[in-house]
Amino acid sequence: MAGPDRVTMIKERLEKALSTTRIAVVDESHLHAGHAGTKSGGGHFSVTIVSDKFTGQSMIQRHRMVYLAVDDLMRTEIHALSIKALTPEEV
Amino acid sequence: MDAMERIKNTIEKNPIVIFMKGTPEFPQCGFSMRTAEALKACNVEFAFVDVLAEPEVRANLPAYSHWPTFPQVFIDGELIGGCDITLELFQKGELQTMAQEAVKEK
Repeated sequence: MAGPDRVTMIKERLEKALSTTRIAVVDESHLHAGHAGTKSGGGHFSVTIVSDKFTGQSMIQRHRMVYLAVDDLMRTEIHALSIKALTPEEV
Repeated sequence: MDAMERIKNTIEKNPIVIFMKGTPEFPQCGFSMRTAEALKACNVEFAFVDVLAEPEVRANLPAYSHWPTFPQVFIDGELIGGCDITLELFQKGELQTMAQEAVKEK
């Protein structure tokens, strides 16, 4: 896909919103080729994030923080996110 | 009854419910499939809603639950999570306990 690469876009939003100490974003769209969701153009991504901001937050809250940070992309570029959200102590 | 009310009823009436793409027997998405498999492996009865067959539910549930994607699993009226969290709870053995407790209460 042309334009700014989606992995970079996702990474930048998450770094900014969550002050990540470590982050990895992997495009796994190829694993889901032919799947109904990929027809609309949204990709599947796997993200691993380490952030202090997750401290004291439940899993649900952490995932919601991640979704919120990429909210606008969820409507277009992202069909599904696989999320691993850890605090620095949990690494 | 409007979609929001139907969603609320479904979540409150069923101790365990999964909103998924397809059905547990014929899932239409890998994430829905893996999540439904984990629930099946808990050996309890659970309800499901196929959001592909219920476009209104599909459109409104994310706003209701503050969760943008499917599947979504609710136990005792509360969102447990999507695929990642449900599978993690299953691997830790916590999902089985939560599911069995939820069914026992009814």
